[in-house]
Amino acid sequence: MKRFLKEVVINNRINQFSKNFRENYQLYIMLLPGLILLFVFKYIPLYGITLAFKEYNPMLGILGSPWVGLKYFQQFFESPDFWQLMQNTIILSAMALVAGFIAPIILALLINQVRSVGLKKNIQLIVYAPNFISVVIVVGMLFIFLSPVGPVNSLITSKGFKEIPFMTSAEYFRDVYVWSGVWQVTGWGSIIYLAALSNVNEELIEAAKLDGASLLQRIRYIELPTIKPIAVILLILSAGSLMSIGFEKVYLMQTSLNMATSEILPTYIYKQGLLMNNYSYSTAIGLFNSAINLVLLIGVNMVVKKLNEGEGL
Amino acid sequence: MWKKIKNTPSGDYPAYIIIYGLLIAIVILTLYPLFYVFVGSFMDPYELLRNGINLDVSTWSLDSYSKIFSNSDIVVGFKNSMIYSFTFATLSVIITLLFAYPLTQKELKSRKVINYAMIITMFLGGGLIPTYLLIRNLGMLNSPLAIIIPGLFNVWNIILVRTFIKGIPADLQESAKIDGASHFIYFFKVLLPLCVPIIAVIFLYSFVGMWNSYFDAMIYIDDRSLQPLQLVLRRILIQNEVPPGMIAEQQAANQLAMLAEQLKYASIVVSSIPLLIMYPFFQKYFEKGAMVGSIKG
Repeated sequence: MKRFLKEVVINNRINQFSKNFRENYQLYIMLLPGLILLFVFKYIPLYGITLAFKEYNPMLGILGSPWVGLKYFQQFFESPDFWQLMQNTIILSAMALVAGFIAPIILALLINQVRSVGLKKNIQLIVYAPNFISVVIVVGMLFIFLSPVGPVNSLITSKGFKEIPFMTSAEYFRDVYVWSGVWQVTGWGSIIYLAALSNVNEELIEAAKLDGASLLQRIRYIELPTIKPIAVILLILSAGSLMSIGFEKVYLMQTSLNMATSEILPTYIYKQGLLMNNYSYSTAIGLFNSAINLVLLIGVNMVVKKLNEGEGL
Repeated sequence: MWKKIKNTPSGDYPAYIIIYGLLIAIVILTLYPLFYVFVGSFMDPYELLRNGINLDVSTWSLDSYSKIFSNSDIVVGFKNSMIYSFTFATLSVIITLLFAYPLTQKELKSRKVINYAMIITMFLGGGLIPTYLLIRNLGMLNSPLAIIIPGLFNVWNIILVRTFIKGIPADLQESAKIDGASHFIYFFKVLLPLCVPIIAVIFLYSFVGMWNSYFDAMIYIDDRSLQPLQLVLRRILIQNEVPPGMIAEQQAANQLAMLAEQLKYASIVVSSIPLLIMYPFFQKYFEKGAMVGSIKG
């Protein structure tokens, strides 16, 4: 009897499901292209991660290559490059993070003080524009402007100072990377803060003026508190991406003379993997890097949940 | 503008002067490098290196541009980038909308599972080598498909569109259902016209993203005739390469270096102009994407 009931329940479930499927087959048709892409390009590579624990042999493929355990992780941790790479990655990332956090807030507060709507719109149009320039062009422009014979150095030498090897010394790499990043994306980053500031109650500001609050006081007590919640969330989020700094710009900026500071994990992974064909070693370092990212992200998500009354990302 | 400022306490004037001063400085700092490259692209490279930019238009020439446009690498790269970006953006819109709509439908029982399967991939990826091996095994090396297809499924875009569709009043679908409309009919006849703003956002972001990227093309495409513009630019701007067809006529090494220098300016102008022209017209869509992106992010 019990078994019979169970069967009925299961049959019912199957029936329900097939009924649901028949009624909504159109939805599944719509999902199909995306599902195929999701499976092939997001899940199959996940399986390839096993390479990190195998000695890759092109003849045998990923499946057939022999297991070697943690050999490649050990090789990486013991390699003389390890600490240098970690240090370069974290310092560059942290510098970019701090500058990328503060600059848009300052810019938004400045732009928000402009009273004429038309002027404000034009300023925004201009400061957003560099965001649309490709990283190849931005780095190309850096090489033009900062070369020994470029306009920046001719200005410096004409003032009687010594020429600065911006692109060809380890000393200046980080500053050039961070400040060119500030030039490119600060305007775009200010959008979110400007939107928040546009919600400030005009009457509140007028009342503050009548009470004799100065501009700085109005910024400090009305505008800053308005953008604080968003700023906190964005800061925490970017902390979660501390180790996932982008490859593209750093790689283009690398010259043989600035490697001491410009070699970071993603560029090292690329070179080990695709230029030197150490597939397993490269995959192991990549996995190590994503594991750190994942831990940071989970940590950050927990913090956000706490602050955000249970609502995670 | 002045009327408003009159209302402000007079003690604020110095602060306003500083603020406007800073903004003027920021605008100049933003525009000057672009302006320099633009003017430089019309100048003689020797003159440019010696004295910087010269605003006397009568000394300008279109020499760099005629060299650029007679360079098949740049012309082919430009054409390739146009085709790749347009194809990528169009397919992105189609895949994203088709995928996002079912995820808003309560009748779709597997909605939650699919959602999880999709979100997980935002945090876990195979990484460089496993992806490279997959592309190789699929026989897509040296084919434009390698840079177009893998990025089409973009979780971020799907979330964006799903949020947008959820914001459309549910009554609309209820009444469509009562009229006997199937999912297809509702999606194509009712929903799509309402989704134009979000379609524009996805299209533009995908287009710009593809136009500006070089990494995938660098690792997957060797054949010069298939390379997108950014790779050609990388050779000219970063690797200081003079396109092969031009070497014969220029002999001395310093002349070659000058030619390499000269090509840089005009190639920057040519390659960034499509986006810089397009951007002001679509600014509101770009901004909308940035807004939704950062709030949800």
